Amino acid sequence: MNGPSVELVGVSKRYGEVLAVDDIYLAVGEGEFFSILGPSGCGKTSTLRMIAGFEFPTAGVLRINGMEMTDVPANRRNVNMVFQNYALFPHLSVNENVAFGLRVKGMENSVIDERVAEALAMVQLEGMHHRKPAQLSGGQQQRVALARALVNRPAVLLLDEPLGALDQKLRKEMQFELKRLQREVGITFVYVTHDQEEALTMSDRIAVMNDGRVLQVDDSASLYDRPSTRFVANFIGTSNFLTGRAVRLEGSVGEFEVAGVGTVKAQPAGPISEGSTTSLMIRPERLRLNASEPGDNSVDGLVDESIFVGNDILYLVRLKDGTVFTIRDQNKGPEARTAVRAGDPVRLSWAPAATTIVSD
Amino acid sequence: MISRFRILPAYYAFLVVLLYLPLLVLLLFSFNDGTALSFPLRGFTTDWYEGMLANGQLLAAARNSAVVGVGVSTVATVLGTLAAIALVRYKFPGKTLFLMVAVTPLLVPFLILGVALLILFSALDVDRSLLTVGAAHVVVAIPYTVLIVASRLVGFNRNLEEAAYDLGASFSYFLRRVLVPLIAPAMLAAWLVAFTVSFDEFVLASFTIGREPTLPVFIFGQVRFANRFPQVVALASVVMVLSLGMVLLAQRLQRAWTRR
Repeated sequence: MNGPSVELVGVSKRYGEVLAVDDIYLAVGEGEFFSILGPSGCGKTSTLRMIAGFEFPTAGVLRINGMEMTDVPANRRNVNMVFQNYALFPHLSVNENVAFGLRVKGMENSVIDERVAEALAMVQLEGMHHRKPAQLSGGQQQRVALARALVNRPAVLLLDEPLGALDQKLRKEMQFELKRLQREVGITFVYVTHDQEEALTMSDRIAVMNDGRVLQVDDSASLYDRPSTRFVANFIGTSNFLTGRAVRLEGSVGEFEVAGVGTVKAQPAGPISEGSTTSLMIRPERLRLNASEPGDNSVDGLVDESIFVGNDILYLVRLKDGTVFTIRDQNKGPEARTAVRAGDPVRLSWAPAATTIVSD
Repeated sequence: MISRFRILPAYYAFLVVLLYLPLLVLLLFSFNDGTALSFPLRGFTTDWYEGMLANGQLLAAARNSAVVGVGVSTVATVLGTLAAIALVRYKFPGKTLFLMVAVTPLLVPFLILGVALLILFSALDVDRSLLTVGAAHVVVAIPYTVLIVASRLVGFNRNLEEAAYDLGASFSYFLRRVLVPLIAPAMLAAWLVAFTVSFDEFVLASFTIGREPTLPVFIFGQVRFANRFPQVVALASVVMVLSLGMVLLAQRLQRAWTRR
């Protein structure tokens, strides 16, 4: 590790009245698979385009491999991009598309041929080199776009929702493929997506953005288990929320008074002060339905609805205060499925460690 | 509904006849053995074509028009393409004004434009020649080339330009290796249209011409002489068939291009 591959220090981007990116700090490690995740309009694409050199920060400093690149245009940066619509040159063959960057650099033909063949082999596209992009499937075009970028051996590979145009099955395949490629070539990947599942599956670390700000940077598991804000919790996975007032914060377990529901324990308590009000989040799969040994937290409710989703059953349970909780329970066969029906009173329970304190 | 189905084909047939009957008549009379352009036809002859090929002045005029046409369409295509690139791809102050200025020559009556150019050339003390005709034709051909190339550029994927830069290309490299190859069909179409505009343009040419006439100017001068007129008809037929061939060729080229 010689410091971060990409570093954004207090970077902002303003388009007229709109502040698209608002004072963000990011440091992407060398060889890291780093994702920027957020809803459309959150500033993730603007951020990526600034790293690529298509846009320039209104304020702040951008470094690539330690060198300041804030105002250096795209054609003088050692980064390459895979575009959402691939942006393959339609008049050039697969070979020439991949060779483009090397030809620009004026490399010798023999070297170009060798490296292009190597790149096409890497994305498993041998034997397609004379085809035009229009003669390829979406997945194949995607591979050409990857080869065209990777053949230049960039310091950083930027990917702008590259799987968005593919169908579900192909997308899954490409996720593993991308991860494999990244491990093989060891190049830093910065991957922009609005698909949380994609980000969770592939990334070493994820930055969640909203409204031009970076809300949280963490690995997949930490983001899922310990989202720092309600927005992050909602954006990544499904969440149940309660609003509680901290009544006892001694030791590692905190006790919260939830109006109309009762006392809820959370562990660890988190950096809040006694008497303050906060949101408590519980993931649907951490909740147990009518457990024989209810844990430290248990509340009663009525089943509104049960939804069959194949491997799991989702129950929507209305608590006494009117809040509706989603419970994800494993599908344990027809008998278990009919044991709990809509209208039945149930008891929900969960461990203190399953309760996460999030800020609003 | 039924009446509409009956009327439309009839209307279409009427239009086609209206458009092509004069051309057909022209072709017929070019082979007619007689100087009077009236029915009934007298007999078949190729005399007019032979006379045309022997007529040095006429051939010189045709060559002048071809030379001017090639020059005009080349210059107009290059300038029009550059203007179209500026218009479609960049935001700059005065863009609307720029577009208006580029396209207005189409809307000004050629008579007025001709007079204006005549005044301008004499004020600048420029001798009138095929060059001045060419300059006048470039002015009126540019609107066509701008619009034709711009329409192709509108559908151009902006990411391709960024992809080229991303791979290290300069603007000129992008122009040469990506943009121009992709808009080449439109540039060819623009070139052909500009050529046609120049080749048969009479009003501006008659104001800006020097001693050497272009074909339309020459033909206009010949109309007065009844015995030479059938040669003009023969020439017109040749020009018509050639330009038809050119349009068909352009279409085939463009189709082959898109398939590639």
